[in-house]
Amino acid sequence: MNRSIPLRSFLTAAWLGWQIESNWTDPFLFATYSIIKPVAGAAILVIMYAIVTQGQFDSPVFAYLFLGNAFYQYVPAVLSGVSWTIIDDREHYRTLKYIYVAPVNIPFYLFGRAVAKFIIATIGVIITIAAGVLFLHVRINWAQVHWGVFLLSLALGIIMMALLGLILAGITLLTARHSYYIGDVVAGGLFLFTGAIFPLEILPVWLRPVGYALPITYWLELLRRALVGEVAQAFPTFAALSNETLFLVLIAASLVFGTASVFIFRRCDFIARERGNLDITTNY
Amino acid sequence: MEEPSAIRTEHLGRVYKIRNNRKEAFRELVALQDVNLEVQRGELFGLLGPNGAGKTTLIKILTTLLAPTSGKASVAGYDVLTQAGEVRKRINMVSGGETSGYGLLTVRENLWMFAQFYGIESKEAYRRIDMLMEIVGMKDRLNTKSADLSTGLRQKMNIVRGFLTDPEVLFLDEPTLGLDVGASRDVRAFIRRWMDENPQRTLLLTTHYMVEAEELCDRVAIINQGRVLACDTPGNLKQQLQHEAIFQVWVQRENLLEEQAFKTLGGLRHFHQTFENGALRLELILDEENLLTAVLNRLVESQARILRLEKRQPTLEDVFVHLVGQRLEEVEGESHAPAD
Ligand SMILES: Nc1ncnc2c1ncn2[C@@H]1O[C@H](COP(=O)(O)OP(=O)(O)OP(=O)(O)O)[C@@H](O)[C@H]1O
Ligand SMILES: [Mg+2]
Repeated sequence: MNRSIPLRSFLTAAWLGWQIESNWTDPFLFATYSIIKPVAGAAILVIMYAIVTQGQFDSPVFAYLFLGNAFYQYVPAVLSGVSWTIIDDREHYRTLKYIYVAPVNIPFYLFGRAVAKFIIATIGVIITIAAGVLFLHVRINWAQVHWGVFLLSLALGIIMMALLGLILAGITLLTARHSYYIGDVVAGGLFLFTGAIFPLEILPVWLRPVGYALPITYWLELLRRALVGEVAQAFPTFAALSNETLFLVLIAASLVFGTASVFIFRRCDFIARERGNLDITTNY
Repeated sequence: MEEPSAIRTEHLGRVYKIRNNRKEAFRELVALQDVNLEVQRGELFGLLGPNGAGKTTLIKILTTLLAPTSGKASVAGYDVLTQAGEVRKRINMVSGGETSGYGLLTVRENLWMFAQFYGIESKEAYRRIDMLMEIVGMKDRLNTKSADLSTGLRQKMNIVRGFLTDPEVLFLDEPTLGLDVGASRDVRAFIRRWMDENPQRTLLLTTHYMVEAEELCDRVAIINQGRVLACDTPGNLKQQLQHEAIFQVWVQRENLLEEQAFKTLGGLRHFHQTFENGALRLELILDEENLLTAVLNRLVESQARILRLEKRQPTLEDVFVHLVGQRLEEVEGESHAPAD
């Protein structure tokens, strides 16, 4: 088998990740995490929306926040999927050093390990949207969905987030105790700045640049436009920007983050070897 | 072009910066100092030293996990720091005494997965797994989840993981640590057999068991407090002590002898006493054989009745004592450094 090192690192890691994620001894727990939790979260959002707006489900704002919230599930899943592996392998399975000693491309290995979390998040997203359409007044005109735009921006966004995750993985390599939930924490912290559940205009002027600087913001906008094009246009934030412009911004941001993340990860990796961080254990 | 050495280090050093809490300033701990080693292809090389000697540190550097703080090291001709990728294609490593592995995978899956990382085709991987597991007597455990294995069996699985990828240079850090006598013997026999099968293979192992170094290794480096004190074949190392006289004396006595009375004797290089089956056993290393009379006189003066006297051939243990001034167990008894 003459697969290249990055490819076999990715595929083998994906296999391993799936074995770990799907190893639910309790199917009920699995259902809770992949179905009940996202749907419950969406339902709470809908109830709050209904109370605040006195049931204005026809307003474009509703689909906007519902879809933003649904797709945002990918953010913690991918960020922690990529970075958590460092802790999992180093502290729990104690295999990180053996993975490092092997001819493995570590970034591709980490991406591979995140695949399972990506798949589970996808199930969560589909179920959330299905629940929205069936029970929670979300209206999507399937005939008018731009599938090309949707799939392309989805793929780009996932790659972009995987690269962001790599930065967190690098930080995790260097910090022993403090980065257990770094992926979830960062994802949670960015939630309000990405226009997921309200337009950036609601933020104070001085906070808005954070949102404009984050590729996640453009990604969510593109996804929403692809699914509910004409209503999404009604939002102020990016109304002036065409799909093409949004794509360009997303690609440019991904390139910037991508280059930075590769550089940062290499640097952290090097420092970790200098300090001897690859096989430290902090608990157990 | 001349074939590069399997392992080569030049003035290799490693300093750890440590502190116990955030308020403290960093202290420096010298784990390795000016290590110069050259291991040829085909050699089974042993690093022998007490706890905290720096053996694991050296292995971590050679396996690209840790950067040296001074000097250089190369494996199979590639620099461990700047050409880590090339090194990793050619090596594998196992540390004993730990239970790493993906517990939710079966033994076969764990091993297959690591073979995948090395680009070994599945069919070939399964063939090797079956063969190796048969050799270590674990064939019936192939489909056991590795979490359900005992510590010793998990360690055997890890040892198999090391051999599975048929590396050019294999590093084993205390491979028999924690294994019972029989299992240790099996592992040693297997190591020897693996080396004999292919003269191009190189293996470096660390140990603090004298027998292991003595019966297994082509060459041994004795290492203490981060320094290599000697490096040669076990035979040559012992040869150095040939002109010295090593005696064991058993005397009848309830309590230990006053050491000072003996230490003042000239030419007594080493004096050690332990109780053994109700008698006191003394170990003596003398610069010359004819100094024995003086020692025996002292014993008589101390009212110790001599039960038995034996002269023996030097062992690696004696070489260690000669170089370090203490037995390996004594050094370990003193060291405050916890094992990793
Ligand atoms: N990550 C680390 N940080 C700080 N000090 C360390 C670290 N790892 C090892 N040391 C110290 O470096 C010295 C050498 O340790 P090392 O683990 O290499 O010894 P060893 O010969 O393998 O011992 P053992 O037989 O106990 O395994 C010891 O004093 C140890 O406490
Ligand atoms: Mg050690």
